[in-house]
Amino acid sequence: MDDTSTAVAAPAAPAASEKRAVAELRNVARVYRMGDNEVRALDDVSCKFREGEYWAIMGSSGSGKSTMLNLLGCIDRPTGGEYFVSGTPVSSLDDDALSELRGKHIGFIFQSFNLIPQLNVLENILVPRFYLDDPGSGLEEKARGIAERVGLGSRIDHKPRELSGGQQQRVAIARALINDPSLLLADEATGNLDTQTTEEILQLFDELHRDGMTILLVTHEDEVGSRAEQVMRLKDGNIESITRNR
Amino acid sequence: MIKNSFLRTFSLGVKSLLLHKLRSGLTTLGMLFGVSSVVAMLAIGEGASKEAQEQIKRLGSNNIILRSVKPLEESNSNQTTRVSVYGLTDADFDRIEETYPWVKDVVPVRVLQQEVRFGERAINPRVLATTDTYQEVTGREVLEGRFLTNLDVETVANVCVLGYEIARYLFPFKSPLNERIKIGADYFTVVGVMLPRVPIGEANQAAPGEEVTGEVILPMTTGRKWFGDMQVKIRAGSRDMEQVDLHEIIVGVDRSENVPAAAAAAREMLDRTHRDRDYEIIVPLELLLREQETKRIFKIVLASIAGISLLVGGIGIMNVMLATVTERTREIGVRRALGAKKKHIVMQFLVETVVLSVGGGVLGIALGLAIPEVVAYYTDMAPVVTPAAPILAFAISVGTGLLFGMYPAWRAANMDPVEALRHE
Repeated sequence: MDDTSTAVAAPAAPAASEKRAVAELRNVARVYRMGDNEVRALDDVSCKFREGEYWAIMGSSGSGKSTMLNLLGCIDRPTGGEYFVSGTPVSSLDDDALSELRGKHIGFIFQSFNLIPQLNVLENILVPRFYLDDPGSGLEEKARGIAERVGLGSRIDHKPRELSGGQQQRVAIARALINDPSLLLADEATGNLDTQTTEEILQLFDELHRDGMTILLVTHEDEVGSRAEQVMRLKDGNIESITRNR
Repeated sequence: MIKNSFLRTFSLGVKSLLLHKLRSGLTTLGMLFGVSSVVAMLAIGEGASKEAQEQIKRLGSNNIILRSVKPLEESNSNQTTRVSVYGLTDADFDRIEETYPWVKDVVPVRVLQQEVRFGERAINPRVLATTDTYQEVTGREVLEGRFLTNLDVETVANVCVLGYEIARYLFPFKSPLNERIKIGADYFTVVGVMLPRVPIGEANQAAPGEEVTGEVILPMTTGRKWFGDMQVKIRAGSRDMEQVDLHEIIVGVDRSENVPAAAAAAREMLDRTHRDRDYEIIVPLELLLREQETKRIFKIVLASIAGISLLVGGIGIMNVMLATVTERTREIGVRRALGAKKKHIVMQFLVETVVLSVGGGVLGIALGLAIPEVVAYYTDMAPVVTPAAPILAFAISVGTGLLFGMYPAWRAANMDPVEALRHE
């Protein structure tokens, strides 16, 4: 699994560790104020996620991994430090620009799939596309291609409630991929699935990783975490350890 | 692309509304009844007021009508023959004609009760004896032939002009011109037929102060000559004799600003000589103004009712939309995470409210246009649908949707995405 550079990188790409950082946290803190109390969900976190890497972020509840995910996904802002997405400091962006950034650079995958019930599979896949200022053309073919790739094939006209959990998650993954994001963020993506389906979805992630996608899995399951290249463990709002699986 | 994205937002809105068919349907109903009541009430109100105003205008808005009224009788009813002398006199007529500078024309009118007959057909219309100025002052028009002339009056000619309905009745199959009809005991040559006061074929109703349709008009002098001043009414067991110089004096005033002053002056003058109030003054202009005031009040009432019903409909919509927003908090969070800007969320929910309110509005206009038809069918009212009414109603329904959708949409857009995603 170490020949990813061929699939992704620019012609003159150097060794993997020096690739462009897709997401970078620099002394990031996130403090919640509850009455007179301050809760430091993230204390002081610095790290880089480079292009093509496959990470698992783990930790017990209260460790700050949800907060970290929200920050990485740009639906929340740090209260201290700075977060860069593809080199852009998030604090410099207003709400609209931040939304645009989410749409273009981040692909979200949720534990409970979160498909939009009134839309069919194809429409669901295209949702993030239509929030771009210029959705472009040939969208339907592109969506069909992605659906094919995540293994949905013929179910393109179905409504989400007509699909199994695994299929719904595939739709969600296809939706996350539609804008060619630089970062795929999966929040307990297999938490609602049985063992076999979990395995299928994880294999899908493996394939995406092989194709050069940058993936961050947030999970508390060791079996899931062990599939990633690198595992970051959080504890009490700080990085406890970073380990390399392979 | 803009058109496409609007269509997409629109179709998404419709799809979301169809998820809750009953709820959307009931909300639309609220709007439907609000809008339809506005359209229907406008049409009915417009119809009622138009009818009244036209009746008054037919009297001539620059005219003052003085009319003889029989004073209350002292009840010494044992007499079998009574002679009552009352009403406007020739002296009144002369005085009015000579005294007032604003007076353009003064027309004397006597009303005779005589049978009118042609061959086997007989009828008892109002027979008016008047002068040639009657036509100009009342603004009546001649359908065929001519009206009375000054010459007819001076030569005491045995001629008459028929009202349209009378002509139709007496001469169903031919023109009455130059035919000789019998009025009372004498023969008169028909020289003209008047146009009816309302367009042919429309229902005619008596306005306050206006006489029912259909009369026969002859020269004042001829009327005096053949029928005298005395009129006899035979009732059960008694004979009522009435002596009235003039039943009506129609005063044509030069300008409408002078009408109130002329009416006051005439009233003052007549009060001096007619102690027992055996006359009345009808001022169509005053009636018209009163009618316009009534119309104005009606419009205020209508606007309030319409406003309230639309407010209720709007609150209904807002209520449903707030429930929808709460229910779909998670969807909003997901959409925000997938890159939706606040304006996208606002648009999404605004489109839904506007679809609800406009849907109700369009159905309401249809119902509102149908109601006047039903009213017209079962009553003799003639509602008038002005083009402004449906346009106004439509604009109001769009406006209500936008206004009451604004807050729920704003609330949806300003949710914290993190919180929204966590919402169950």
